[in-house]
Amino acid sequence: MSFVFTDENLKKIEALKERYPSPKALSLPCLWMAQHQESMVSMEAVEVIAELLDTPPMEIYRVATFYTMLNLEPVGKYHIQLCKTLSCALCGKAEVLKHLQERLDIVPGESSADGKFTLTQVECLGSCGTAPVMQVNDVYYEELTPEKIDEILETLR
Amino acid sequence: MRESKIVSRKFGHKESHTLQVARKHGGYSAIDAAFALEATEIIDIIKVSGLRGKGGGGAPVGNKWALMPQDHDGPSYLAVNADESEPGTFKDRQIMAKDPHLLIEGIIITCYAIGAHDAYIYIRGEYYQFQQILQKAIDEAYAEGIIGEKVMGHDYRLDITIHRGAGAYICGEKSALLESMEGKRGHPRLKPQQKEPEWYFGNPTLVNNVETIATVPFIVKKGAKAYRLYGTDSSPGTLLFGLSGHVNRPGIYEAEFGVSMLEYIEQYGGGVKGGKRLKAVIPGGASTPVLTAQEASCVRLDYEDLRVMGSTLGTGGMIVMDEDTCMVSALKNLLEFYHHESCGQCTPCREGTGWVDGIVESLLKGEGTEEDVDRLLDVSQTMNGKTICVFAPAVSGVIDSFVTKFRGEFEAYLKGAR
Ligand SMILES: Cc1cc2nc3c(=O)[nH]c(=O)nc-3n(C[C@H](O)[C@H](O)[C@H](O)COP(=O)(O)O)c2cc1C
Ligand code: SF4
Ligand code: FES
Repeated sequence: MSFVFTDENLKKIEALKERYPSPKALSLPCLWMAQHQESMVSMEAVEVIAELLDTPPMEIYRVATFYTMLNLEPVGKYHIQLCKTLSCALCGKAEVLKHLQERLDIVPGESSADGKFTLTQVECLGSCGTAPVMQVNDVYYEELTPEKIDEILETLR
Repeated sequence: MRESKIVSRKFGHKESHTLQVARKHGGYSAIDAAFALEATEIIDIIKVSGLRGKGGGGAPVGNKWALMPQDHDGPSYLAVNADESEPGTFKDRQIMAKDPHLLIEGIIITCYAIGAHDAYIYIRGEYYQFQQILQKAIDEAYAEGIIGEKVMGHDYRLDITIHRGAGAYICGEKSALLESMEGKRGHPRLKPQQKEPEWYFGNPTLVNNVETIATVPFIVKKGAKAYRLYGTDSSPGTLLFGLSGHVNRPGIYEAEFGVSMLEYIEQYGGGVKGGKRLKAVIPGGASTPVLTAQEASCVRLDYEDLRVMGSTLGTGGMIVMDEDTCMVSALKNLLEFYHHESCGQCTPCREGTGWVDGIVESLLKGEGTEEDVDRLLDVSQTMNGKTICVFAPAVSGVIDSFVTKFRGEFEAYLKGAR
């Protein structure tokens, strides 16, 4: 299991180096690109990034472990991240969570048996006016209700 | 309340995020006006306007710009804070989604005023959809010669780069943001000299919030006085206040400073949901001390009045709670947030957020004792004023406000009380 950046990403990285005072600044952009390629950040990717940016792998690893959106473990094809913070909690998040758990037969922190879904509870998504809110991979779903969850799950197949 | 739309003026137009529509409604018309002025003249206008930072702190913007050295031997930078992670706050995303060109216009003027040729927009990782809209607007601006080698034909280079965060509340703190942009963990810096600018790879750097920057074009075009027509003497202008929680119409509605909180909630939010009575309001994002209904009914939405009430205006994102809300559970919710988001550098913060979370948890389980309520206040005390950044003191203020104002609800959970 080795990791290589796509040519397109390598080009992007070279172009980004022009934009920053130091290549060290590129650790997050590179980690994101790696995650988009593999849906997680592997240790192999960490080493490749370290070499590209001329930084010790441990530094990149320290960064990767600090940011909660970077997955160091594999996640399902659809990573469902439900906001649990106050405005969502006041507006019916508990009901939505219960429904998600029943439909997917998993609790937060778990992945479904077919590896399709991972359910996580996350902190405020900055979308409190349309609570409750969840994010599936990069997409927001707002003003959630159990019925809406059913509709959304239909589209995620 | 009169209508006061400065930043949200174009939000209602169809396709308002495109260059064509932005231009049709006056977008980028402040650029030539700005370049006709000296950089220091622009800073003076901003000073006179009384513009205050809209990211939560409310610091005078002109004074902060003036800290940037005009004769610096080396690059200067602008970092736009689009981290927007303070619970209850969702205003900057409206600007990025509905009028990204207004933000770009503000960035151009700000960079010119402080002598920066590279601007970065640090956007929270979750906002990927808004990042894409913003990136499209930046691409359009490059293609049309609005930014790039020559800003709209002027002899001034400007590059704008979006930097995507990856889920860490603390990266909204300005020095943590810059650490993160240097490719490191987002740990706030110890800053010995408050009267000096921030730095990025050792060079002077200005950090301002998205909405702050988006307010700049209006002021430069219409003048400082025009901005002061809104708001109060010491809180001039407007803010994209917001409502979430138990209201009929949650959302972002721009209003001038100084309007009554209750009127704002009634007029824009349509009052409390389900015709229930109001119990409490967190006035400006989760890190501001909570107000009782009584306090909320007589406070005005400006920096000074909220201070008088023992709270702060923060980001202006109000979280409204009705009469049936359990204040102990509400505090527990926030403490889980803080416990999760403490960056862990300072012991009082790293340990304290865990302890208070644990104490409230045991209260909720009915396992709390008489001393626990006071212990909560004691731990809170240790978190106030002994840390690198103001995260921990803010948590302390939140705990104190909940416990002192709703002490009865906490005591109702004590062992044997139920
Ligand atoms: C814990 C913490 C979190 C913060 N989060 C944000 C944020 O998400 N967005 C923001 O603009 N400012 C945030 N700030 C304030 C910034 O440190 C900084 O003061 C602000 O971006 C300056 O811009 P302004 O003067 O235009 O408001 C935060 C501050 C602290 C202490
Ligand atoms: S107060 Fe908390 S968040 Fe701020 S630097 Fe210290 S540990 Fe980090
Ligand atoms: S509390 Fe859920 S999006 Fe802010």
